[in-house]
Amino acid sequence: MSKPTNIMLVGVGGQGIVLAGEVLAQVLMLAGHDVKKSEIHGMAQRGGTVRSDVRFGETVFSPTIPPGQADILLAFEQLEALRHLPQVVTGGLVIASAERIVPTTAHLGPNPYPDDAMARIRGAGYRLQEVDAPALAAQAGNPRTAGTCLLAALAWHLDLPEEVWDRALHDAYPKKILDVNLRAFALAREATQPASS
Amino acid sequence: MSGSQPKRLLLSGNEAIARGAVEAGVRFAAAYPGTPSTEILETIAAHTEIACEWSPNEKVAVEVAFGAALGGARALASMKHVGLNVAADPLMTISYTGVNGGLVIVSADDPGMHSSQNEQDNRHYARFAKVPLLEPSDSQECKDFLIEAFALSEEYDTPVLLRTTTRISHGRSLVVLGEPLPLAPRGFVRDQAKYVMIPAHARRRHAVVEERLVRLRDLANVTRLNRVELGDNKIGIIASGVAYQYVKEACPQASVLKLGMPYPFPGHLVRDFAAAVERLFVVEELDPFLEDQVRALGIECTGKERFSLLGELDPLAVAAGVSGAQPALPPEPEGLPMRPPVMCPGCPHRGVFEVLRKLKVIATGDIGCYTLSVLPPLRVMDTCVCMGASIGAAHGLEMALGDACNVVGVIGDSTFVHGGIAPLLDIVYNQGTSTIIILDNRTTAMTGRQDHPATGRTARGDETFRLNLQAVCRAVGVEDVRVVDPYDLEAVEKHVKAALAHRAPSVIIADRPCVLLDRNALGEPLTVDEELCTACQTCLQLGCPALSLGAEGPKGRRKARIVSELCAGCHLCARVCPKEAIQHAAGGAS
Repeated sequence: MSKPTNIMLVGVGGQGIVLAGEVLAQVLMLAGHDVKKSEIHGMAQRGGTVRSDVRFGETVFSPTIPPGQADILLAFEQLEALRHLPQVVTGGLVIASAERIVPTTAHLGPNPYPDDAMARIRGAGYRLQEVDAPALAAQAGNPRTAGTCLLAALAWHLDLPEEVWDRALHDAYPKKILDVNLRAFALAREATQPASS
Repeated sequence: MSGSQPKRLLLSGNEAIARGAVEAGVRFAAAYPGTPSTEILETIAAHTEIACEWSPNEKVAVEVAFGAALGGARALASMKHVGLNVAADPLMTISYTGVNGGLVIVSADDPGMHSSQNEQDNRHYARFAKVPLLEPSDSQECKDFLIEAFALSEEYDTPVLLRTTTRISHGRSLVVLGEPLPLAPRGFVRDQAKYVMIPAHARRRHAVVEERLVRLRDLANVTRLNRVELGDNKIGIIASGVAYQYVKEACPQASVLKLGMPYPFPGHLVRDFAAAVERLFVVEELDPFLEDQVRALGIECTGKERFSLLGELDPLAVAAGVSGAQPALPPEPEGLPMRPPVMCPGCPHRGVFEVLRKLKVIATGDIGCYTLSVLPPLRVMDTCVCMGASIGAAHGLEMALGDACNVVGVIGDSTFVHGGIAPLLDIVYNQGTSTIIILDNRTTAMTGRQDHPATGRTARGDETFRLNLQAVCRAVGVEDVRVVDPYDLEAVEKHVKAALAHRAPSVIIADRPCVLLDRNALGEPLTVDEELCTACQTCLQLGCPALSLGAEGPKGRRKARIVSELCAGCHLCARVCPKEAIQHAAGGAS
């Protein structure tokens, strides 16, 4: 039995990580894969670190990604990208938003917010794709579409039919915000095409 | 079935349980919100064919569900693990009375304590109450097992406990939908010897419980809920729930005895399985619930010496436990600032805790978002045990320290209705003088904003009677009831001081809705005037996520900055600023 592929979505409570994970899981299901997804609700979501695990393949057992076995890290925020880096397999792919959200602890505690997160990720031997999701989302017309922009960047690495993304986005968003999300997806898809593709 | 492909959906365990309720023909469901169980009733609420209710607490939920089952309806009560402590009283005796329509109680446990005050293992309740226990391993089983649980409940005349954990309740996996069962209503049949548990009746019913347990044990040995998956005979593993998934991933070659119905314990099945393998492991999270029962059969096994009593397992931990090696865990990131959960920008609780910190009180706490006030920089909360304990503990501290003690009990509105009224009555009855603050944000915020009796809306959002918290406090005998806007720091301080000085019970209701209830109600974002800011960082001590560090100020200290996208415009920082440096973005001191 082939090993499942592990995608870990991380960021800060309120950034829409759970919803983006939902869309991703739907896409993978529509593409015919077995899919499992796991995250934490409740107290953990009050502005704290949020993590959503999505796993797909022929058969998926554990709903969570075993420690250190994420193939792809989709980070909605720089500090969270850095924090979850050890969860990624050696040489794995990190897609990281340029977003920075500074926690209060960085002001009051001993550890300041790192200024060199992207350089540290590259230096640690991971493949890094930096996505200016806040700028792309603003360009699309709604800052809350940053998650959709990150999914568009991820889409280049998953080899799934374009129509399943379209269908999953249609299923996930209510009419009111569907168009802006479709726009964000198209915009970001264009902007994030890897050089080798 | 119409001949087309059966519909397949990606559902969370909780959504699958709700779907199971629809397919099982459940007619009544009750719950009190609690992570990780909340979405079960929220999902059921979308199905109008099922009558559903948020209950004031879990005990009420089980009692009402029991009544519905007596009336012949299939009934469901769902709760988090600690909720079953509250509901344990009816459960223990409903085991004696049995049911009429099926009755299933769902307990969603939280190993790892992602959002809980303890990680008790509720499988023990099945054994304690002598009722069958089902443990699903994914969303499909959540649905299928719930339907099975109702059949069992009616066939064996017993309540059934269905136990999930966070990873099952909040994990999503594929579910094939079925058709709802057509069920004829059973109606109520009077049977006093069965339902009226006076000692003479209860003695006879206890014998029925024991006899039922024997029959259920026979069933457990043959039910398809328990199955052997034969692999390599060198290693055999007994597992249930999410641990089964970890075992399948970590040890694909091993033989596995999967227990979907772990209680009553299927002794014959386990004995046969143990005989067929060279080495037996029991893999389970938390307590050695299965392991102890294996050992009681006189069978050697490896269990808790390899698999922790604490927290969750994962495939790495299982692989390591079976091989005896240390798991190769990734390193912990170092030198990074933590990002703990925090109270939201504009949270009405923050003002109250700012005052309590200033007044250096002992604050007995309760269960809700406000427990976050224990974290830096506020660090206010001194206790947190269970729902309602803030009020009882405040009274107890007064009994120990005398009535001049600076103790304030702090409790939320939903939590007060859940378990706070009786201890408040206790203070009045026993002539205490405690000061209690009810943080009335008009919702059950922590679990995602569910309604409760003091919001005036039902589980389906319909208007209903709204419990008046002031009137309740007065009705139990508290004469000194004050209402204050928690954004008004001076007023909060004045009332807390007055209530503490008052030699009689006092209740202060901090009255302001949760900021997440109505985003339109938020004020304009504020900004810091860098000319006026002296970098004293007093405002940062509020722990508001919208407050950040900006330009360099005197002595290398940095001035405050407000992240306008996050600012809710609550003005709390402007009120604590000694230099009036925080103002509206448009200009002009606020």
